[in-house]
Amino acid sequence: MKHENEAGRAAERVARESYGRLVAFLAARTRDVAGAEDALGEAFAAALRMWPNDGVPDNPDAWLLTVARRRQTDSIRRRQTRTSGEGHLTLMADEIAAASEEGAIIPDRRLALMFACAHPAIERGLRAPLILQTILGLTAEDISAAFLIPPATMGQRLVRAKTRIKDAGIPFRLPEKEELGERVQAVLDAIYAAYAKGWNEIGEAGVPDIADEAIWLARLVVSLMPAEPEPKGMLALMYYAEARRAARRSPQGAYVPLEEQDTSLWDDSQIHLAESLLSGANAGGPTGRYQLEAAIQSAHVARRLGGAPTWPAIVQLYDHLYALTRSPVVILNRAVALAELEGPAAALDAIAPLTADKRMQSYQPYWAARGHLLAQTGRAADAHEAFTVAIGLTTDDAVKTYLMHKRDALDGARPS
Amino acid sequence: MRYIMLIHHDEAALAAAPQKDLWAEFGAFNEALSKAAGAATGERLQPSSAATTVRQQDGKTDVLDGPYADTKEQFAGYYFVEAADLDEAISWAKRCPSSKYGSIEIRPVVAAQGDRK
Repeated sequence: MKHENEAGRAAERVARESYGRLVAFLAARTRDVAGAEDALGEAFAAALRMWPNDGVPDNPDAWLLTVARRRQTDSIRRRQTRTSGEGHLTLMADEIAAASEEGAIIPDRRLALMFACAHPAIERGLRAPLILQTILGLTAEDISAAFLIPPATMGQRLVRAKTRIKDAGIPFRLPEKEELGERVQAVLDAIYAAYAKGWNEIGEAGVPDIADEAIWLARLVVSLMPAEPEPKGMLALMYYAEARRAARRSPQGAYVPLEEQDTSLWDDSQIHLAESLLSGANAGGPTGRYQLEAAIQSAHVARRLGGAPTWPAIVQLYDHLYALTRSPVVILNRAVALAELEGPAAALDAIAPLTADKRMQSYQPYWAARGHLLAQTGRAADAHEAFTVAIGLTTDDAVKTYLMHKRDALDGARPS
Repeated sequence: MRYIMLIHHDEAALAAAPQKDLWAEFGAFNEALSKAAGAATGERLQPSSAATTVRQQDGKTDVLDGPYADTKEQFAGYYFVEAADLDEAISWAKRCPSSKYGSIEIRPVVAAQGDRK
């Protein structure tokens, strides 16, 4: 799956680009996503095998279509000897033939396919896997690892979702204007969910990096909807996170919080990309969730790199974000920023309402932040308890070790 | 595609609503639907208190006084709509006043044999 050399990786990209475009084109015409994938599957596998070594053909779409057409004709011929031929196979073969005749210009319907995959009638948790599979051609096995679902189960769910797209009549088109904002958000949320899954994984060799794929998708959405601010906001947010990737672990693999990161390890070119995307987002349209989150990251960067006093701006941005999302997570993050301005006691007051929120009881960052704030106010016993819960909720070993150190430091400071 | 909208009402909430406005709203919806679809294609049912449930098991017939399930929302009627896709069907369901007094289940109708799409 992963190729050693740049050329191999580039060839794989072209294959995925072309495959996704063709699946979207065929699926939008026939409403049959699984059928389109079946028709192109063997040709795509051949491309993934051959192109990295032999080079990319001049017209990748035409190459895939030619191979797919040959296979499709073969399989119809095979089946027709037994039964009277299968309607959907013939339909797909006709569509492939028509697409071949369109020559080099296959219309890009990938956005329409993404809107179908992220339709409100599709279960939320399946939207990201569906997009990763249909647009990028990732296998259920590739996807299942990042989503912590057994491959067979993931495969079944994806099949069911595709059947549902067809049977329920989920449309392949851009939503009406009054719905567009909400529906774009659903597409972005699915892509961002994939990114977040990938970001938490610390690269295991051989497994496709879902975070990379999510960035690829985000760039695709930005290019297909250049007038929309939120896709730019989201891609900016991803680049801010990517820029800090190398700095978030020490050479020994220990967790390093943002305030202690070595900024010389930050990737300047990615920060630059993020900044220009953010200013592009700011230039047009209403302010959305991703744009605000990217702005918060921009303020962190300005503080760490230039020493600018940006905490007041960050607190204000969280206020806007809260007005938009009403999310308890935003209350929590705002409080952490507020602690920098008004001290830990004010921050603890700010998160007091969260005590009653059930979702926060199993939310690791809540307990970790609580532990830090309580430790700063000198309430060592309460801090100890909060850190313990946070450690119990942590799955990442580096973070777990970091929190254990914090808790041990507490015990050292406690009068015996 | 042809869809059916299966309407389930919270009968208590419906009874508590200002009746005159409510039926005027339904009237307007029926009018709009028949303008778009060509004909009024729905029926309203008597409340679930008028329901009888029949079931046959091992040659025995059970006739029960009341609806199929004793739930807060009860089946109350249906509309057929002709829509290009699910989004268009959802728009009709959102316009229907029933969606404020319960829920509307949308299901594609199985197309007749030989009738593609």
